[in-house]
Amino acid sequence: MDSSVVAARGRKPSFEELALKSLSTPYNAAHHRFAVFIACITFCLLVAGALVTSNDAGLSVPDWPTSFGSLYKLPHWVGGVRYEHSHRMVAEFVGFLTIILAVWTWRADKRRWMKWLGVAALGTVITQGVLGGLTVLFYLPPAISSAHAAVGQTFFCIACAIALFTGHEWVEEVPQTAVDTQRPTLITLTLLSILILYVQLVLGAMFRHHGMSWWPHVADAPIVAILLTWTAIRAMTQYSKIEAVRRPAILMLGLLITQLCLGFLAFTTRVAWGKDAVQPETAMIASTVAHVAVGALLLAATVILAIQVWRHVPVAHTKKVAGTEPKAVVAA
Amino acid sequence: MRLKLFVPLFVLLLSFCVFTACNQQKSDEQSHPAAPSGPPAAPIDPVTVASASGTVHFDGVAPATVPIDMSNDPACKGDNKAETLVVKDGKLANVFVYVKDGLGNRVFAAAANAMTIDQTGCRYQPHVAGLLVGQKLEIKNDDPTEHNVHAIGVQNTQWNESQMPKAVPIEKSFDHPEIMLPIKCNQHPWMKMYVNVVANPFYAVTGPDGKFEINGLPPGDYTIAFVQEKLGEQDQKITLGAKDKKTLDISFKEQ
Repeated sequence: MDSSVVAARGRKPSFEELALKSLSTPYNAAHHRFAVFIACITFCLLVAGALVTSNDAGLSVPDWPTSFGSLYKLPHWVGGVRYEHSHRMVAEFVGFLTIILAVWTWRADKRRWMKWLGVAALGTVITQGVLGGLTVLFYLPPAISSAHAAVGQTFFCIACAIALFTGHEWVEEVPQTAVDTQRPTLITLTLLSILILYVQLVLGAMFRHHGMSWWPHVADAPIVAILLTWTAIRAMTQYSKIEAVRRPAILMLGLLITQLCLGFLAFTTRVAWGKDAVQPETAMIASTVAHVAVGALLLAATVILAIQVWRHVPVAHTKKVAGTEPKAVVAA
Repeated sequence: MRLKLFVPLFVLLLSFCVFTACNQQKSDEQSHPAAPSGPPAAPIDPVTVASASGTVHFDGVAPATVPIDMSNDPACKGDNKAETLVVKDGKLANVFVYVKDGLGNRVFAAAANAMTIDQTGCRYQPHVAGLLVGQKLEIKNDDPTEHNVHAIGVQNTQWNESQMPKAVPIEKSFDHPEIMLPIKCNQHPWMKMYVNVVANPFYAVTGPDGKFEINGLPPGDYTIAFVQEKLGEQDQKITLGAKDKKTLDISFKEQ
């Protein structure tokens, strides 16, 4: 956590709190806008990747890291090459931007953990690139293709987190807090939500890449729905006055409902109607790409919620001292 | 349920799902069918060879022809009807017919001539083909556009190569028997054909009239397999005497 001292709800920060807060890092609007831009471009990259898979164009460029033998020549953009090569070009752009972000963060941000988060983002995007290459070199093995999907969404979450951490609210404002005395705690619920979403992501990716049947992904959907709904309702009802918690919770619930509807649509067009399709059809492509894209947004929203809960909703533990009554103590 | 139990229980459940639902691909390291054992089979006497022929029918109403959208490549101007199920006057085309069992431990050398596949009109010609283990497969591109040729073998190694228009033919061969090995183009996702790699030269592919003919079979008891890409496989047993010419008709119906 930043050196900002936890302040009680609604109280004006003291001189000491303000002094400690100024030791974190100054707000850098350009750095923040650049981080937001990367997050947006990464989302576009996720959509481009989903288009590759949904159009069955994954191996239309048969070599890597070259494209038809060249590192720089543009191939003839017809058929599946349009999707695969454009995905590669956007990926290279994101990688280039991430290098800039990592260097910029290291130099400009005083928070040690942020410097290393920038490095982690760079490491993740490099890993993602290598995984993408391996999917081509090994003809789309389900495990590697699914890892590529999972790491891609992980990078998107990291990019969104960096955008959050460089934002004005996070850097400049004293966080509003409310102690969590319920069990399970809200932070536990948000972390479990992230876990279940990753499980759902892997199950979906394994199905999309022909490594698994569809039913585990569908069977897991109600578990996702119940857990995320529980988390969102807890956040919205118990901490409605903390905007930083309420907004991502509302967003998460809205995206969950959308994702469930898109999942039904994707199943209908791809599994039910499209099982004998001789080629990817427009309805199949649109529904599956939308399902992947909204899934990425849902995961990112859940991660942001978890971060905000960790910051704004500290957990109360019962501390018992011999000879006295137990009292609530806020976790450090 | 205490939350501390939830995570490990869930991980167990997930592992069970993965274990039961995972569709593992067979690797080349997995065992391939062993060569039949027993005393060596008698050489084939050309004087006594028999033949099996017949027609493959389709039971029921012929499915509507599925159109193909080739608009993603302006250079594609071929016949835009799907070949998944080709039925004409109740006869089923593109059924691969082969001798599955009955030849004993005879070993047949790969044919000297190559099996040729051509890419024209952004379609593979033929749609279904047979070739012997080790026989050369030659793939040509007579289209005005680039293709990539991706063989998705399970018993055989996968490969994927791009091919420019009028380029030198791609030459490959397959080391293991495999039925309905898909070959597809990822640049034009409707393009798909099937290669059937067999260990003996007694096979045929039905034409538009549904007919097939397999000649040169030594007398004996055989299992003849009929394989269609969507409707699956049916086997028929037949006994052939010396110089027999037997008819073997079979019907498929939509599942």
